[in-house]
Amino acid sequence: MGKSLDYLDELESEAIYILREVAGQFERPALLFSGGKDSICLVHLALKAFRPGKFPFPLVHIDTGHNFPETLIFRDYLVKNINEQLIVRNVADTIQKKQLLDAKGKFPTRNALQTFTLLDMIEEFEFDACIGGARRDEEKARAKERVFSVRDEFGQWDPKKQRPELWNIYNGKINKGENVRVFPISNWTELDVWNYIKREKIELPSIYFAHERECIVTVSGQLMNTNEFVTRDEKDVVVNKMVRYRTVGDMTCTSAIESTATTVDAIINELLETNISERGATRMDDRISEAAMEDRKKSGYF
Amino acid sequence: MNLLRFFTAGNVDDGKSTLIGRLLFDSQAISTDIIETLTRQSKSKTGNTEIDLALLTDGLRAEREQGITIDVAYKYFTTAKRKFIIADTPGHSQYTRNMFTGASNSDLAIILIDARHGVTEQTKRHTIISSILRIPHILVCINKMDLVNYSEEDFKKIEREYLMFAKQLDLKDIVFIPVSALEGDNVVASSQKMVWYHGKTLLDILETLEVKESVEKENARFQVQYVIRPQADNLHDYRGFAGKVLSGVYKKGQRVLVLPSAVETTIDKIEINREEVNEAGANRSVVFHLTDDVDVSRGNSIVPLEELPSNANEITATICWMDNTDYIPGQKILLQQNSFRTKAVIKEVISKLDIHSYKHIENDSSMKLNDLCKVLIKTAELVSFDSFADNRNTGAFILINENTNNTIAAGTID
Repeated sequence: MGKSLDYLDELESEAIYILREVAGQFERPALLFSGGKDSICLVHLALKAFRPGKFPFPLVHIDTGHNFPETLIFRDYLVKNINEQLIVRNVADTIQKKQLLDAKGKFPTRNALQTFTLLDMIEEFEFDACIGGARRDEEKARAKERVFSVRDEFGQWDPKKQRPELWNIYNGKINKGENVRVFPISNWTELDVWNYIKREKIELPSIYFAHERECIVTVSGQLMNTNEFVTRDEKDVVVNKMVRYRTVGDMTCTSAIESTATTVDAIINELLETNISERGATRMDDRISEAAMEDRKKSGYF
Repeated sequence: MNLLRFFTAGNVDDGKSTLIGRLLFDSQAISTDIIETLTRQSKSKTGNTEIDLALLTDGLRAEREQGITIDVAYKYFTTAKRKFIIADTPGHSQYTRNMFTGASNSDLAIILIDARHGVTEQTKRHTIISSILRIPHILVCINKMDLVNYSEEDFKKIEREYLMFAKQLDLKDIVFIPVSALEGDNVVASSQKMVWYHGKTLLDILETLEVKESVEKENARFQVQYVIRPQADNLHDYRGFAGKVLSGVYKKGQRVLVLPSAVETTIDKIEINREEVNEAGANRSVVFHLTDDVDVSRGNSIVPLEELPSNANEITATICWMDNTDYIPGQKILLQQNSFRTKAVIKEVISKLDIHSYKHIENDSSMKLNDLCKVLIKTAELVSFDSFADNRNTGAFILINENTNNTIAAGTID
């Protein structure tokens, strides 16, 4: 004792504190599980926060139907391992039920459509808090969001009406119909997440590590995985490359990066040397405009 | 490697966003694609190819449109020596509540002064708030030195002016640095134009400042967040009190008191991440087990017998009113201190701080957005607390409107 905590210990402790606040303040919380590294870290943190007890919330997954198969295999493996409840809701069902227009185009992303499924699911189970793995370093609008982010009955985020959030005090009081999105790893950066994965020896889906994959090179130079949802045409430049994924979203909107990093150590080294931001490198959905994320959040997105 | 949380106060005109931008830029914390985006934005905004560093921190569309900071933005960067979390808080007086918010978790304040204008009303307000929130270290950056010909005389004059004002406040550690955020002088690299300045650069101070050690020397404080009771047969007797050590150090075998019930017991076991440890210090998320089967629930405090906090249902505190709606006398509210929540009412508005004259004005019981007032609060249940001066964790609270559920005020206990 006597010396201050290592920064990873401090971040971990803060995240555990936030998870326990959710357990203490809400009646029907849920953990939004995407199968990506950030939500896998959340599960790991929840184990530390609540074991030997059960999680005071189920894991919930919005399946867009465009997931990487590796992610789904890993999801089921993880849930079986930790013996906790998983609830899955499909975007395809929402599209059918609500007669929504499915995504179109060469790379048809269901990113915007998953908001409908998420809001329906919140209503169906009357979730009052949804824990997510978003981090403030990801994007400028996220940098301004609270740890406890209150959403109205339409799931909307209003940046001007955010509650002040001070010290260690989280105000999760809400009216019926409202819910709170909670982000325990708000203060973590991408590098922090990887250093934590390394220290805690956390398992991840295989697509995070370098592997050979057939990809279409887009006009802007991004590497998009070839799959049944992407429309192929003759002009496509198709290559076989050693790649890995920095983020795991839909197959239709997440691009791969060239990499030879097959271990966590190699990935950390690569991140230290690379000079492109996480979402800038891999997400077509954020490139639409300077305020793409802000707009999606305001309309109820994660 | 440890963590330093700091906040910056000042407005865009003082060059605050530029300073943060410079810090991130010169310490290579910005990715190339973000620099490209910024270059594009800077060009369309000013027609200039030079990057407008301020664009880095303005996250919301309205902020970019109006060129102001509305809300607290959090920024992160890491050097070889330390990880940093910056709370970038808005400067305008109508955003005092946001500055309060960003400052609450900080160990250090960076207060920016425009070298051309010296100490302003705003500087005073930022300093008063830092003193109310007991920020341990104050770093006064006298910026835009390039616009006063890097004059030592001007720097010294502002330094004297600031200290004259600050001496009436209870501030411990104040350091002054002459900088030019725009040109980069004394931010990351030492200035060649101000050889008369022999102190450290801004980054150097941030990297080497000693913090946090003191939290473990404070009285031991712990509040229960959640009770872990597994349903499994083999863990039938497991009853773990989960929470974070707020300050001090707890030891296995220590005699403790549970508050507010005042039942005496002993710490039987301490677990961190399911492993038993002999002691646990500040900021650790832990699970305590007690030797006796006593009634303990969320929000209760477990404290050492020899270091008891106050335990009362009346507290005097300084609060910052944060709601857009004015205070209504007799209004029913909730008080939340960490995980503890109780019904409360403000019995009396004792005085209001006039931020311009630094005078306490009596006989005015109104409270509106951004007002700083001394109040007497009565709570339904007993609160166990320390004065904020003794403990930043147990001396702080928020007030919640029972009807709207909004956080309407933040307070520090006298």
